[in-house]
Amino acid sequence: MAPEPPLLSMSGITKSFPGVRALDGVDLDVQAGEVHCLLGQNGAGKSTLIKVLAGAHQPDDGTIRWRGEPVTLRSPIAAMRLGIATIYQELDLVEHLSVAENVHLGHEPTAAGFVVRGKAARTSTGGLLKRLGHPEIDPTRLVGELSAAQQQIVSMARALSHDVRLIVMDEPSAALDPDEVDNLFRIVGDLTADGVAVVYISHRLEEIRRIGDRVTVLKDGRAVAGGLPAKTTPTRDVVALMTGRDVEYVFPERPVGEPEAAPVLQVRGLARDGEFAPLDLDLRPGEIVGLAGLVGSGRSEILETIYGARRPTAGRVTVEGRTLRPGSVRSAVRAGLGLAPEERKAQALLMLESVTRNVSVSSLSRFSRAGWVDRRAERAAARAAVRELSLRPDNPDVPVRTLSGGNQQKAVLARWLLRGCRVLLLDEPTRGVDVGARAELYAVVRRLADEGLAVLLVSSEVPEVLGLADRVLVLREGRVVHTAPARELDEHRVLDLVMEGSPAS
Amino acid sequence: MTQPVSPPRDTAGKIGPAGRPATWRSLSARADVRTLSLLGVLAALVVIGGVTKPDEFLDTRNLQLVLTQASVIGVVTVGMTFVITSGGIDLSVGAIVALASVWATTVATQEYGFAGILFTAMVVGLGCGLVNGVLIAYGGMVPFIATLAMLASARGLALQITDGKTQIVTIDSVLRLGERDSYVLGVPPLVIVFAIVTIVGWLLLNRTTFGRRTVAVGGNSEAARLAGIDVRRQRLYLYLLSGLCCGIAAFLLIVLSGSGQNTNGNLYELDAIAAAIIGGTLLSGGRGTVTGSVLGVLIFTTITNIFALNNLQSDVQQIAKGAIIVAAVLVQRRTARTA
Repeated sequence: MAPEPPLLSMSGITKSFPGVRALDGVDLDVQAGEVHCLLGQNGAGKSTLIKVLAGAHQPDDGTIRWRGEPVTLRSPIAAMRLGIATIYQELDLVEHLSVAENVHLGHEPTAAGFVVRGKAARTSTGGLLKRLGHPEIDPTRLVGELSAAQQQIVSMARALSHDVRLIVMDEPSAALDPDEVDNLFRIVGDLTADGVAVVYISHRLEEIRRIGDRVTVLKDGRAVAGGLPAKTTPTRDVVALMTGRDVEYVFPERPVGEPEAAPVLQVRGLARDGEFAPLDLDLRPGEIVGLAGLVGSGRSEILETIYGARRPTAGRVTVEGRTLRPGSVRSAVRAGLGLAPEERKAQALLMLESVTRNVSVSSLSRFSRAGWVDRRAERAAARAAVRELSLRPDNPDVPVRTLSGGNQQKAVLARWLLRGCRVLLLDEPTRGVDVGARAELYAVVRRLADEGLAVLLVSSEVPEVLGLADRVLVLREGRVVHTAPARELDEHRVLDLVMEGSPAS
Repeated sequence: MTQPVSPPRDTAGKIGPAGRPATWRSLSARADVRTLSLLGVLAALVVIGGVTKPDEFLDTRNLQLVLTQASVIGVVTVGMTFVITSGGIDLSVGAIVALASVWATTVATQEYGFAGILFTAMVVGLGCGLVNGVLIAYGGMVPFIATLAMLASARGLALQITDGKTQIVTIDSVLRLGERDSYVLGVPPLVIVFAIVTIVGWLLLNRTTFGRRTVAVGGNSEAARLAGIDVRRQRLYLYLLSGLCCGIAAFLLIVLSGSGQNTNGNLYELDAIAAAIIGGTLLSGGRGTVTGSVLGVLIFTTITNIFALNNLQSDVQQIAKGAIIVAAVLVQRRTARTA
């Protein structure tokens, strides 16, 4: 008997966006009736992959086979017709419509072709909700009045209202209580028993152990491991695949000896309720301190609170003895802080503008007299900063949107360099940066530190933190659980610390 | 303490005038294409006007009239260009012009003569802009809603002040500004004011930190905030600027009509937005051009004039305006995509 072809078989899927290759030849096979888990850090390419699968993105290259037949998923409707449903993490429900209206949105039961048969919609919705173990949700209620968990059930009912063969669930447990997670898993079990395939995305390894059949790990847009047995692959191996190096990064050498200067940045008891516990931190000129932790450990929140972009609920930040006004970015910038945020395009760059204007935007007063910008001095300074960081092309007049991810990051660094900042906060500095360009960025950061800058680095890539930082703070659930010089730590030790207490470790 | 890292420590960054790279030239060339196409449209309109009504259209008096009419809405449009560039919108400009023109022409104000009228018009404009700006920047209101509310209240207040009556200006020095003998080398003083506002606006947008911040706030307000710009204060200033422009326009309108009326400035908001958009300012913010806006105003005013000379009704004018807006935006999207 010939082996049954997989329900879904994606091979060589490639997708590029301006400046970054999001997917680079990814393969994914899903069998009917299995739970196939997709693992990877933020930015590894998971969401791009499921958007390709949902018909929301068109791949640049690669083939998709559905039950052995090559298919093109030109639109979300095309994917839905095949029986592929996607439950996104940000639920795509219409808050001002009722549960039944949401479930049947786009395929309402109708009479005479256009009159919506509300009662039929409510009845079938009720049936679906019962099947999902939530008969208490009233189909006539407005979705906006439901809890996050209930909204997720509605989203799932919507998927099931189609004749679905494959459901993609993007971090479905993120908003759920443990009880609700149990119910979710029961639903997943029922679905797979009916022969429906589930592609399950989660950061939580213990969930993958409980319900997963196989695991595919994505990293930097590639599938670094495909179809591993979900129950038996050692946790450490899985995490190492997610966070580990797949090329030998070249990290610059650390200076010998401890920095002796007085701390330039002092954080005392800084906290935000529900995000991270009181934090103490000293940062000296020339020092790179890394924050290591999994997604949700409060890394970015800490950085943004230090920078004043979020208002702390307690504690204070002092730069060279001056206490910053809490929740004031301007106070932080004036004192000499600079932030290279995680979402460069949304949080840092003026995409319509040239490199020069992106670089000079925080130092305008330096190039102006009475509000009058000296454009020649501005351009010369921008060019010097661009050259110093070997940003390519080394022409500061090109629009910043035409640069690659690594060079866009350099433009952000150049901004703070020009400002003369003392403390640089780097949030995922190599996110969206091609692997080949990372070593150069590491060298730049180290050189800036050698010139007296203090750097606080957040990265979800453990080797990056260990390779670049002098000192590492390990975070778990918003709390520092360990502090040590980077050379005393290795990847396995950090992973143990990061995951301690999770049942699968 | 170590030195702050300051990059321009050598002269390597200095560039001579010969160092203009090719991309810069193509960038400026692209900007010029937009301006040139607007100039082309304007030239075509002049040809049409000259052909259809050769004696009347190209008459000096008619050209002076066109430019004078363009001046009032033009000044408003310059202010609007800044607001739109910052990602905002000001729907209240017409109502502010009306309120400023009637407040500045009350009997009480006219007792203070020329200066009283001018001062009152500007202060009323600034005051309305202040209310808009505070509501939007610090009250967190959506610009569309805040300025819509201002539109309604300023018009209402204007009606209340005038009781629907036209307020005649009796100050000779004001009225004389609109007469032929005060033209400078054939140029009406109102047009000179418009030219000055245009030049100052261009310099403000392209050569000052104020302009840079406006563009940054419009292009990406979150990035601007994280770069250390006081986004809220900038927004406040922008609505103040728009209000001030409305005050100046109200004064021009008083000179032009010799009166103040609560119906002044009707639908100016739509004309100003339309002129800015066809000029090349992005409605979503982040890119603005004063030159384009002024050309947009001149195009619209010229069309109105040609239609009037040819005895075509205003309904036809409106249709033509609508078609031009659609065409201009389609062309812009084309150039934006190829850029």
